[in-house]
Amino acid sequence: MLAEILLVARKDLRVEWRAKIALGQVAPLALLILVVLAFALDANSSLLELGAGGLYWVAVLYGGTLLIQRSFDVETDDGNMDAFRMSVIGAPSLFLGKSLALFVQIGLLELVLGSGVAVLYNVRVVDWGLLLVAAVAGTIAFSVCGVLWGVMSAGLRVRATLLPLLLVPVLVPILLAGSRAFETALGVRADAGWTWASLMLVIAAVHTAIGLGAFGFLLEEG
Amino acid sequence: MSAVVEFEKVVAVAGSFPVLTGLDLRVDQGEVVLLRGENGAGKTSFLRACAGLISVSSGDAHILGFDMRVDRRAPRRYIGLLGHENNLYQDLWVREHVEFRAAAVGAAESDTDAALIRVGVSKQLWTVPIGSLSAGQRRKVAIASLVVGRPRLWLLDEPHASLDSESRENLDVILAEAARLGATIIFASHESPLTKGIASRVVTLGGGRVLEDSGAS
Repeated sequence: MLAEILLVARKDLRVEWRAKIALGQVAPLALLILVVLAFALDANSSLLELGAGGLYWVAVLYGGTLLIQRSFDVETDDGNMDAFRMSVIGAPSLFLGKSLALFVQIGLLELVLGSGVAVLYNVRVVDWGLLLVAAVAGTIAFSVCGVLWGVMSAGLRVRATLLPLLLVPVLVPILLAGSRAFETALGVRADAGWTWASLMLVIAAVHTAIGLGAFGFLLEEG
Repeated sequence: MSAVVEFEKVVAVAGSFPVLTGLDLRVDQGEVVLLRGENGAGKTSFLRACAGLISVSSGDAHILGFDMRVDRRAPRRYIGLLGHENNLYQDLWVREHVEFRAAAVGAAESDTDAALIRVGVSKQLWTVPIGSLSAGQRRKVAIASLVVGRPRLWLLDEPHASLDSESRENLDVILAEAARLGATIIFASHESPLTKGIASRVVTLGGGRVLEDSGAS
């Protein structure tokens, strides 16, 4: 199973590496959002410092949604979904392989955005452990939710607009939990940051369990 | 000869539209069957039903002995399907794509080079992104992706589309060779004069059922 997961992930990452969509287009666009948000808040440094966690996750939400959409555009292009269905790779491996590839891409996006937040919003990290755990938990949750909802909309003609419409409400709890956890990690809120990070892990675990069980059915009926 | 495809009174529906309306057809191992019929006759739907991509609503459908009403995914590991589209990842290099397809159907990646050579994809193109190939070259890469899997049942929808005359002849040789080795081939084509020669049997479909069968006893 591990070999199958790596095969699917390697293929997705290779497609992405060749196309350079994630780093060449999505990351700069998400960075631009950080800049626009800074302007929208009148470049008020204290406001930006307070809201940095939330603004960061809004940019991740936007960029992540584009990456999720792209991940399934590749599968529906040129009838690839049929080949995807016809492959002997098990549905759980397909689900985990695509999730792993998305995890890497969204993780890279977060690194870029993290650097952007540090430079633009002048933040100071007080709890690196919480920051890293929250970022990893959020990235896992984003990835598995994205693959689950991506396959549901993959067969639809209107998926370009429907996927974000379906996905964003699902991702909002991750965004909220991530924002709270980051605010604690950045020292702007003395709140239960670890509880919020744990919530993201729970969301990730629930969606992974659903994905492992339902991905095959969704792939067939999509 | 053992039956590879056994359809009895098969009805299949796409959305609310019946695409197969009581289709009866048996195809034995090693046969090369040419499907003919007008647009909308049910050729593509029949091929997709054989691949388990369309579910059977009623009737009996067995592919390679697997009951398609019980588990339509079961025979897929033995089937190679080439539809109207080529099922290619446009950003991958030619060799990378065929290697992935080989691994995805459980074939040895080492067979990739042999398949590409067999289909006539020149070596200079192996490290070229698929998206930059011509339509005919892309079709050849798609065929190589099938060849590498050595399927027991080949389901081909207009396989000669976009190919030049030399490549068409080469494809016919590949199909004849596969059939000689025991594979069963069912292909839909509107180019009957060109393709009739390799077919051991011609089946004409219309309205989602068999209208004429040169192999009928």
